[in-house]
Amino acid sequence: MKKLLTGNYAASYGAILSRAEVISAYPITPQTQIVEKLSTMVAEGKLSAEFINVESERSALAVCMGASATGVRAFTATSAQGLALMHELLHWTAGARLPLVLVNVNRAMAPGWTVWCDENDSLSQRDTGWIQIYCESNQEVLDSVIQAYRIAERIMLPVMICMDGIFLSHTQEIVDVPEQEKVDRFLPPYKPPVFLDTSSPHAFGSLTPPPVYFEFRYKLQQAMDEAQAEIEETGKEFGNIFGRNYGLLDEYLLNGAEIAVVALGTVCGTCRVAIDRLNKKGNKIGMLRIRTFRPLPKKKVLEDLRGVKKIMVIDRNISYGHHGILHQEIKSALYRELNIPVFGFIAGLGGRDITPEDIEQMVNYTLKHEEPDTDILWWGVNR
Amino acid sequence: MKIFNIPEEENMNPGHVACPGCASALSMRFALKALGRETILVVPACCWSVIDGPFPYSSVKVPLFHIAFGTTAAFASGIRAALKMKNKKANVVVWCGDGEAFDIGFQTLSGAAERKEDIIFVCYDNEGYMNTGIQRSSATPIRAWTTTTPKKYPKQELKKDLVEIFAAHKIPYAATATVAFPEDMIRKFSRAKEIRGLKLIHILSPCPSGWKFPENLTVKISRLAVETGIFPLYEVEYGEKYTVNHIPKWLPVEEYLKKQGRFSHLTEKDCQEKRAYIEKKWLELREKSKSLEKIPILVNN
Repeated sequence: MKKLLTGNYAASYGAILSRAEVISAYPITPQTQIVEKLSTMVAEGKLSAEFINVESERSALAVCMGASATGVRAFTATSAQGLALMHELLHWTAGARLPLVLVNVNRAMAPGWTVWCDENDSLSQRDTGWIQIYCESNQEVLDSVIQAYRIAERIMLPVMICMDGIFLSHTQEIVDVPEQEKVDRFLPPYKPPVFLDTSSPHAFGSLTPPPVYFEFRYKLQQAMDEAQAEIEETGKEFGNIFGRNYGLLDEYLLNGAEIAVVALGTVCGTCRVAIDRLNKKGNKIGMLRIRTFRPLPKKKVLEDLRGVKKIMVIDRNISYGHHGILHQEIKSALYRELNIPVFGFIAGLGGRDITPEDIEQMVNYTLKHEEPDTDILWWGVNR
Repeated sequence: MKIFNIPEEENMNPGHVACPGCASALSMRFALKALGRETILVVPACCWSVIDGPFPYSSVKVPLFHIAFGTTAAFASGIRAALKMKNKKANVVVWCGDGEAFDIGFQTLSGAAERKEDIIFVCYDNEGYMNTGIQRSSATPIRAWTTTTPKKYPKQELKKDLVEIFAAHKIPYAATATVAFPEDMIRKFSRAKEIRGLKLIHILSPCPSGWKFPENLTVKISRLAVETGIFPLYEVEYGEKYTVNHIPKWLPVEEYLKKQGRFSHLTEKDCQEKRAYIEKKWLELREKSKSLEKIPILVNN
């Protein structure tokens, strides 16, 4: 059924259709509506779940972890400061191999106080062992939450679904809400191999000395590697059932492109508009949207970028003391394979608009220069 | 002749790695006798994250999850919610030191108490961060030595009164216990098991290495804590109904203090101060507990 939904409600429907059994969260703008909707659905008996209002984001994730460790499907959502407060437990969730799903509504980090979008919150959690998927539309948010449970439960790693705050969270789009029956077929009930079970007692997460700790980490990385095929397979099967295909990456007009714009999140939608305009004027511009940031599909990124003359990365984030985070990731993927210039733009921090005209001008800059003038190309900053 | 009524069932194995004389190991043994195997334990960073044994060992016969400091009451709430969804029953028990209960996990515990989570929250209180090597916590008694409150400037602040704080949350059951009174301890766990909502059991857990006393004195020191009046054994229901379980013999507080190296620097004035605090606590308890109306409080004898 088609509905007019904000990104937040799309996430709620994703959790509802996935039959999340334990939901816990703490309010934070711009995420709050996701769990408001879920609490209403639980209260009205439309979703059979336990909804727990806790006293912090850290506790919200801890509740979900406890539920997941007991063998049920758990869901939480947060933003920025809340995600940062969860940081320690993000490591713990992945390390304990608990397959829960978290929706992060991307919001810039304080200070100063802000509720507007950038991706520094989730990108700075990249080394916690969570799969990270970045969405471009509200439809993708809903679809990705459902896919996330399947991926998570098959490889026993948690999944973070990221959507740009305000741009998606508070913007309505037409979203096709799948039928429950079809979702049930796609996503069977969660049956973990081990869980907190009094008939089969185990100790989880005990003191792990050097002779074994290393191997646990090796296995976590192996799971991340396996996740690539799982994400692709899940995206494909989702397409077979629901008619919308998803993969690790999303290529737009890359065939024969001279410049590849690489980005993640909603700026990609803006890029599509700008690229169409530019190509009408005879340019050959394409785009590579990084849907799956962790695991980073390095080989596929390389395949997609092979043949372009210049790469233009647009980062709505920054790693202070280095440069844009995606910029750095893309460069590492190219190492010893492709020797082409990477133009690293930083734009739109703290929710400042990135318009199609901005993108066109960034492309024009890239066309005119053999190499970027500076390591960071600050876009639109008042110095 | 004294007849003990302690279940023979053992749900804790020998071979755990507690220090000799550790009261928290003995407490776990008693607790699991009362709780039985339909129990799930949640343990944060504390001595018990070591005591239970390194991977892949465990010294208890029930499932145990080691979780991050400051999250136990929330993690346990998640277990309870999941059990509810699965329509399964079990005692969900947090087993933590005073660092978790008094300090880093205090907010989380308060949240779980307010939500009336059906969990048993057990604090084995060794009055400091003993697992990291004897640092001050907000459960460390006033004037005590720790490695972060040196004898030249020992702890200046009073210990938080955990039971009173959670009595003020109106939880259905809060109780104190020690290994010197095993029947009382087991009875309290058995009671906690039957009550719905958040139950707090505060165990005073003498620590030979942290308190600096010979490891064969653990039970004796536990008993002295009760008999000097420094650690009252009592229960509170819904923050209202107080029951004192044992009237102290009012032994001189020095008998308790002088056995412990952590108090070796205490002066007569400090002991006087301790006596005053004990008296104040008992006056409060007497006021709250109807059954105590007529008992004399003889701390200053």
